[in-house]
Amino acid sequence: MDKNSNSKNNSSSPSSGGGLVQYIKDVFNGVKSLLVGLRRTMYYFTHHKEIITEQYPDNRATLVFPERFKGEVVMTHDENNEHACTGCTACELACPNATIKIITKFDVSPEGKKKKAIDKFVYHLELCTMCNLCIVACPTDAIKMAQTFEHSVYNRADLTKILNKPGSKIREGVE
Amino acid sequence: MVEEIGRTADGNIIINVGPQHPATHGVLHLVITINGETIIKVEPHLGYIHRSIEKMCESLTYRQFIYVTSRMDYLSSHINNHACALCVENGLQVEVPARAQVIRVLMDELTRIASHELWWGAMAMDLGAFTPFFHAFRERETINDIMEETCGARLTMNYMVPGGVMQDIHPNFQQRVKDFIKLYKSKISEYDELVTGNIIFQNRMKGVGYLSPEDAVSFGVSGPPARGSGVSCDTRKTYPYEIYNQLQFDEILETGGDSFARYMVRIREMNQSIKIIEQLIDNIPEGDFQAKTKAVLKLPKGEFLQKVETARGQFGVYIVSEGGTTPYRIKFRSPGFSNLSALDHMARGSKLGDLVAMMGTLDLVIPDIDR
Repeated sequence: MDKNSNSKNNSSSPSSGGGLVQYIKDVFNGVKSLLVGLRRTMYYFTHHKEIITEQYPDNRATLVFPERFKGEVVMTHDENNEHACTGCTACELACPNATIKIITKFDVSPEGKKKKAIDKFVYHLELCTMCNLCIVACPTDAIKMAQTFEHSVYNRADLTKILNKPGSKIREGVE
Repeated sequence: MVEEIGRTADGNIIINVGPQHPATHGVLHLVITINGETIIKVEPHLGYIHRSIEKMCESLTYRQFIYVTSRMDYLSSHINNHACALCVENGLQVEVPARAQVIRVLMDELTRIASHELWWGAMAMDLGAFTPFFHAFRERETINDIMEETCGARLTMNYMVPGGVMQDIHPNFQQRVKDFIKLYKSKISEYDELVTGNIIFQNRMKGVGYLSPEDAVSFGVSGPPARGSGVSCDTRKTYPYEIYNQLQFDEILETGGDSFARYMVRIREMNQSIKIIEQLIDNIPEGDFQAKTKAVLKLPKGEFLQKVETARGQFGVYIVSEGGTTPYRIKFRSPGFSNLSALDHMARGSKLGDLVAMMGTLDLVIPDIDR
């Protein structure tokens, strides 16, 4: 590779032309181009309504997120503290990062029948990449994405969450 | 950030630029041999952000591995996802619904504009102009909001899945894209006023980092850097995928071969992307947004290749399948890696200060180079 491949000779830069007239022209055009840019700067300097910056921590109360925003996986519970998770582990298999771990148990109904149910729906937020694959995989729409985004905690262990609320059970009729 | 680390036998100084240097946009480490201000040699050292993505993909299923590619070239994550989805569809022989195809192309072009806008701001910032960065982010923010509403994320969307797209577009999508086009057209003149016409900017760009068409081909440079040298290499034209062969748009070619030509290619490409979006936004066909696929995807035994045009150049996915649920081997051809390889050739003989202008117009995204 030769060193001369970067010669500036083929440059079409305005300042590379010859002659005094060209030189004055270049200076004039150069100053003009700077003034054109400065005019735009001054426009925004005097038009404060064009400012679109959001003052983040101050507007926290009024922040609106789109309903599809992927912030964190949560399990929906209704007013009777019932969820729709059957413990089928479809989400666990769909997850690329082993974010979800479902621990199942067997509920014994009053008639003495055994039924599989979730004991703990463990969700590792620290491993989650919000890819939405678990939500798509869920056959009963038991989990969804929440719009939370401030996930900082002091302790890493706090990011491991159990999504089913204490004492919750599966909704009647969900198979 | 820039420090002397030694001298060569003939007295040239060897310096480090990076890995923590604001102009390298990430953890790119350049070992530069200089004679005074003149660059003798540029040696990129990679590996600071290597995550072995290709190896990781071998243990993920054909649905799961797509999200990883968003983490490579994070500014064109949609297009990377698109390439992977297309490659898997090639193997599965799935017919993608027309609606999904149009949505995918729309998302690709929005991503391309967003990526070029961020590049434009960062490019101007590299050369010392800080304000353009905020101007660029103003328009890019609108695209990010559109993405957030439809895909649920602003950067790493994972929206393209084998068979179509993950969710249907949001009801507001079309209106918001139209609003964006209106905003873009009213603001694009500012880009030229602030930066393109600026005499300081032009003098720092013109004639800097010349790359001849022959060299561009031999280094495997693709995308805007190659088209700035006059090499016709737009994958959307040469190997049309999806519905690109039915669309009216021009391949942008400049013949300068210098940093300014590469700059102009990107600026003009944004207008072409707007043209594509305008053709499609009112013509999204009705129908399914996703083809019916099996719950567990198994590619037949064989090798599958798909190339697409990202904002940085040609991106390729090569899958070797043994017939199982996970790929036997995946190879990604990332545009940034090949584009970076031409930097040494471009920079030799020029001044150290011009290196920033060259790197800026190559539009390097480090996780894409070093995956």
